[in-house]
Amino acid sequence: MRNAETKTQKSKLKAQNHSSKVKAVGRKVKIGVLDIQGSVEEHAMMLEECGAEVVFVKTVRDLENIRGLIIPGGESTHISMMLKRGGLFDTIKKKIKSGMAVYGTCAGAILLAKKILGDNGSIGVKSFNVIDAEIERNAYGRQTDSFEVDVEIPVLGEKVGYKGNVTRKKVRDFPAIFIRAPKIKSVGKNVEILAKYKNEIVMAEGKFGNAQKNNILISTFHPELTNDIRVHEYFIKMAA
Amino acid sequence: MIKKVLKNTPKLKSGLAQMLKGGVIMDVTNAKQAKIAEQAGAVAVMALERVPSDIRAQGGVARMSDPKMIKEIMKTVSIPVMAKVRIGHFVEAQILEALGVDYIDESEVLTPADEQYHVDKSKFKVPFVCGCRNLGEALRRINEGAAMIRTKGEAGTGNVVEAVRHVRAVKDEIAFLKGAGKELIAEKAKEMRVPIALVEYVSKNQKLPVVNFAAGGLATPADAAMMMQMGCDGVFVGSGIFKSSDPLKRAKAIVEAVLHFNDANVLARVSEGLGEPMKSLEISKLTDLYAKRGN
Repeated sequence: MRNAETKTQKSKLKAQNHSSKVKAVGRKVKIGVLDIQGSVEEHAMMLEECGAEVVFVKTVRDLENIRGLIIPGGESTHISMMLKRGGLFDTIKKKIKSGMAVYGTCAGAILLAKKILGDNGSIGVKSFNVIDAEIERNAYGRQTDSFEVDVEIPVLGEKVGYKGNVTRKKVRDFPAIFIRAPKIKSVGKNVEILAKYKNEIVMAEGKFGNAQKNNILISTFHPELTNDIRVHEYFIKMAA
Repeated sequence: MIKKVLKNTPKLKSGLAQMLKGGVIMDVTNAKQAKIAEQAGAVAVMALERVPSDIRAQGGVARMSDPKMIKEIMKTVSIPVMAKVRIGHFVEAQILEALGVDYIDESEVLTPADEQYHVDKSKFKVPFVCGCRNLGEALRRINEGAAMIRTKGEAGTGNVVEAVRHVRAVKDEIAFLKGAGKELIAEKAKEMRVPIALVEYVSKNQKLPVVNFAAGGLATPADAAMMMQMGCDGVFVGSGIFKSSDPLKRAKAIVEAVLHFNDANVLARVSEGLGEPMKSLEISKLTDLYAKRGN
């Protein structure tokens, strides 16, 4: 059950407890979390811990002035439907086109992909179509097939070496949590694969619209359910 | 290097419930209704043969539903499918696990199979949701392995009063534990028959360790929004949808009300022209209170 305090207040409290980390990442970048359904609070807490300013995005107004947007895990059918009903869909697409960064976890990743497979003959989920990836819903099976595993995400390490020969320092694995997760079946040649598990792409990034650098991030797992803020830090850097 | 893969952990079980937050879970009795629920924006469906109001009207022993019907629903929709077992009926739970349902509701709406013990839910791969009337019931269920909690309310009545009572009870008892010392925590743990660590968690974090939905008697968008404003993470609607005169419209309205639970203008709009709600009952006239089952 939620506390009597509002989500924002709660996240703020949590952020204060971790104020030492505030300096670690870009100062108070405004990042939105799509507040329709799912792991909204969890993402907000991670962002606050990274020192970002969180905006809960429920209506078009909430999209003003944010540098990045997280589409959380949840039920993609539901989120897609409510995006269409509330008129949020077109505005978000426009903002992405003009360079806003966006990160989708699980259901969020589905909503960003170019092509969605395995709809169980269901009502179509309308995606933003901003990353050249084919993604299959519930591709590992049902809930009892959900799993946790550590994955290597080289991009979370620091860059070392000299010009033309840059490598990444080996970093500790990331605890990835897959819940009724989708699979990224394939990506286009302009999409950078950031992590794989058992030869399956589980994290990737790409560029859409007028962005100067990559502005679309997707992962089929849920970093917001862990205590590890590195993926969120990575996204904030992308958005800043 | 072979990576260690963990399955069916408490984190994965409660994690799915976290993904359902802010959503509506709807009771459905066949594939057609399941489809309507999905189209209306349900985040999950509860597959059962008779909705609570029919169980109430028809009487007799209410059991786990026919696996055939549950399988049909699982085939039809892409959202998670839940199904109910009788309190304490661990074999019904084994059957539902074999079917591959995503969540099991150990429910007081069905006739209890064991008056002493609930199912030992920690032994199962599939996660469980359980009902509660107060903090003690909630923590006992969590201690048995429940990965999600809902209020019991009084199912099949279309009367929200009991759900309100149960949400308030849990909230007040959590607030009472704020800043509690070691002695009070130990005393409460003993009184509620749960480990001290659970009570400590609640006292410190001022919330349950798992997601908490409202259930039992919700019939209108206003009922659903009220539960959200009172701090619930989402709602179950049982008989309220498919026993009303226009299920799709009402289902959509309740979904929207849960999303915009703080916006009275939206609530006013979606409450308009929904037709007849389900046939409702006064609690004082009931002979059988489901919420009293299993504590």
